[in-house]
Amino acid sequence: MSNVNNLRISAERGQREVFCGLTGIIWLHRKIQDAFFLVVGSRTCAHLIQSAAGVMIFAEPRFATAIIDERDLAGLADANEELDRVVTQLLARRPDIKLLFLVGSCPSEVIKLDLSRAALRLSGRFSPQVRVLNYSGSGIETTFTQGEDACLASLVPSLPVTPPDASPNLLVVGSLADVVEDQMRILLNDMGITDVQFFPPRRSTELSPIGANTRFLLAQPFLADTARALEERGAKHLPAPFPLGAEGTLGWLKAAAGAWHIDDARFRLATQPAYERALRTLGRYRDQLAGKRVFFFPDSQLEIPLARFLANEMSMELVEVGTPFLHRSHLAAELASLPAGTSVVEGQHVENQLDRCFAASPDLVVCGLGLANPLEARGLTTKWSIELVFTPIQGFNQAADLAELFARPLVRRTRLVA
Amino acid sequence: MQLTVWTYEGPPHVGAMRIATAMQGVHYVLHAPQGDTYADLLFTMIERLPRRPPVTYTTFQARDLGGDTAGLFQQAAADAFERFKPQAMLVGASCTAELIQDDPGGLARALKLPIPVVPLELPSYQKKENWGAAETFYQLVRTLCAKDAPPPGFKRPAREPGSRACCNVLGPAALGFRHRDDIKAISQILEQLEVDINVIAPLGASPADLARLGEADFNVVMYPEIGFQAAQWLGRTFDQPAVKTIPIGLGATREFIQEVAMLAGTDAAAALAGTPSHSGWYSHSVDSTYLTGKRVFVFGDATHAVAAARIAAEELGFTVVGLGTYSREFARDVREAAKKYGVEPLITDDYLAVEAQVAELQPELVLGTQMERHIAKRLGVPCAVISAPVHVQDFPARYSPQMGFEGANVIFDTWVHPLMMGLEEHLLTMFRGDFEFHDAAPASHLGSNAVTAKAAPAPVAQAMSKPATVGTTWAPEAEKELGKIPFFVRGKARRNTERFAADRSVELITVETLYDAKAHYSR
Repeated sequence: MSNVNNLRISAERGQREVFCGLTGIIWLHRKIQDAFFLVVGSRTCAHLIQSAAGVMIFAEPRFATAIIDERDLAGLADANEELDRVVTQLLARRPDIKLLFLVGSCPSEVIKLDLSRAALRLSGRFSPQVRVLNYSGSGIETTFTQGEDACLASLVPSLPVTPPDASPNLLVVGSLADVVEDQMRILLNDMGITDVQFFPPRRSTELSPIGANTRFLLAQPFLADTARALEERGAKHLPAPFPLGAEGTLGWLKAAAGAWHIDDARFRLATQPAYERALRTLGRYRDQLAGKRVFFFPDSQLEIPLARFLANEMSMELVEVGTPFLHRSHLAAELASLPAGTSVVEGQHVENQLDRCFAASPDLVVCGLGLANPLEARGLTTKWSIELVFTPIQGFNQAADLAELFARPLVRRTRLVA
Repeated sequence: MQLTVWTYEGPPHVGAMRIATAMQGVHYVLHAPQGDTYADLLFTMIERLPRRPPVTYTTFQARDLGGDTAGLFQQAAADAFERFKPQAMLVGASCTAELIQDDPGGLARALKLPIPVVPLELPSYQKKENWGAAETFYQLVRTLCAKDAPPPGFKRPAREPGSRACCNVLGPAALGFRHRDDIKAISQILEQLEVDINVIAPLGASPADLARLGEADFNVVMYPEIGFQAAQWLGRTFDQPAVKTIPIGLGATREFIQEVAMLAGTDAAAALAGTPSHSGWYSHSVDSTYLTGKRVFVFGDATHAVAAARIAAEELGFTVVGLGTYSREFARDVREAAKKYGVEPLITDDYLAVEAQVAELQPELVLGTQMERHIAKRLGVPCAVISAPVHVQDFPARYSPQMGFEGANVIFDTWVHPLMMGLEEHLLTMFRGDFEFHDAAPASHLGSNAVTAKAAPAPVAQAMSKPATVGTTWAPEAEKELGKIPFFVRGKARRNTERFAADRSVELITVETLYDAKAHYSR
């Protein structure tokens, strides 16, 4: 137990009820529209992705699994040949693919199949039509959203270099819904920041150049490796809260304004209307949420900023905030804004955590899909955390949508009489 | 390595979870990396179980690999025993833990727990979900029945005269396609036949129940994919015969009743006569003549695929144009059935191969799994789901069995519903150019969101318009005439006409050629 900013921060170990990093493919393949994700793994990996996606929306999606079988385990040389064969077969089927990610899994890591060498080899063969990169989404190395971190970090070396005398540019880092990107771009432009790029881009051919002139804002709290890789390329991180809720979004934009020395009047002119509109719409949900006690199970690393939003803007009470990892420097502004005494738990021992949850009997539990129905059956009200990753929740115009996601299960419970 | 877009079956440890979750008082300790807990949501979200599956995962991470993963497993098993107090424990490894070879069986034995511990060897890189379920059930049955097993060569003594026969019902599991409802349907039939049920397993059974399996006179195997292996062992050990017929469809239900009655020595007449079934009469009613010869493609697990093909051919008067399964373990049954319908069996777990065959055969109805539902949706063909892998839709709130006479009624409704209704189809054929009744108009009862010919994807359109033989071309009037043929048979008409033309070295296909070919191929 440590005590930072008067928070009660502890860590625990045990069974973790979380997804692995492969799950990120579900949104990443929609975000980068000419990329294909080939998991090199087992039948479990293939089953995970199709089950986590919940529905089979895409008849032929831009992801697949090269399922390792016994023969591949017998000899790694053959496994490499097999991988080349599968990639050739895949690219022949999908000539529209410009960027192929070989995604490592638990079994490929354990048998030490070197996907970085495979990616180099295959890039040599298929460039310039297709670039082949690799990252690991394995459960032994990544938890859920860390898969996006690993993916983006693998893409950083491909970013072009800006000329030494280039004027400052702003890179927004982390997958955001297209609608959110567009809104953020308009706000930043209105403030006077015109050279704004997003990473990952919608197409792999639109990679933003970076260099010492680049300042970047993290749009997601789970991008430790990506941020480090960008810093190694000379880009500078702008510390900020995350753009969740009206205050979070304002603080996030303010960090960019500060770096560009934009005066207060201009900042207010650009942001005030959207900020005030967000405050007005949030008011409606504050009535439903204020005073309610919320318990977070660890899932996406979004927990800390979400808890800050619910406590500060919705007047909710935080019973426990679980998070798979706590990146203290990226979350510094968030941790500083949490109410004193908040219990933050890093890691997981799911059984002990369930015991604490039942004992506390919170009004709302934010948890994964494996736990939600069992908790509902015990009389608790839950919000599936995965929806918070798949829904546009960032920015002023989405602040109320975010609040509504938490209010809906509570409203539903009051409506159902039978 | 196999390139896989979608998989029909999960890994074998998910099969083991289906057994553990179906039962009472069993806990499964699974050596698995972080992330494998995704499997819980199959049960809590798809099947909407109100409880967590009884599974403890070690969820090891990279930092544990250098250290003591074996210790981690042992601690997890000891903690799980303490917390959940199961009557029996399953222990095993998922695909990644299989590679690090920690020997969960040996580690669990060393704990000397006061309950039966069943080690599972489920080779993840060879086998799949249904095999894992069957193997797990078999290992549990063997372990728990062993102490009461009679000496080899045991012959079951004849039942006391006047006593009721009793049987076990084997195979229903968690995440099964209508297993919950099929149990009710089977139980009703057995009740009518005055046969007692000793144990239904694995669904709802406890380890103590499994230990009593040897007391029954015979076994009913509802789903061979899961129950056959255990039933075979019970047959050998306790001299229990097994009922072979799977009562899906009217004919099969009647045969099932007769087979059970024979084994039980009871009268089948009441069960055969006393159950009203609408589907038989509906199929004979004049409205159903439009079903005649509809071309159906069938794909699913072996049991459901074979049953569906029989119902399609014998009870609805369809023509089976394709039949296949992803269950390699039961491929033989499907091959035999395919022979009966004169089609080439499709034994594959490659979703893309199934899609290619559906596109090639252009059936008027697809009977398949949730995967085929997507294929059919893309190709604009009506579809009904007959088999696992399951989707949340496959757990309807209402009673909706596949087995027994009520099951036959459910199947009649489910399969006929997506089709164009009788007179409507005739009107469509009569007024092909009608602005409301055109090819792309869906069946009126399916609403505006129903599949339409416009949904047919580019690859198939290309396949259809590609000339069969170089040098054969279509005259514009013939092409126009072809357009008047209903969309679901147009591809076939085109191919037949092209083949007809090629065989006769006709270079230009005219309206006459089209109708000559039609006459040639008409039955």
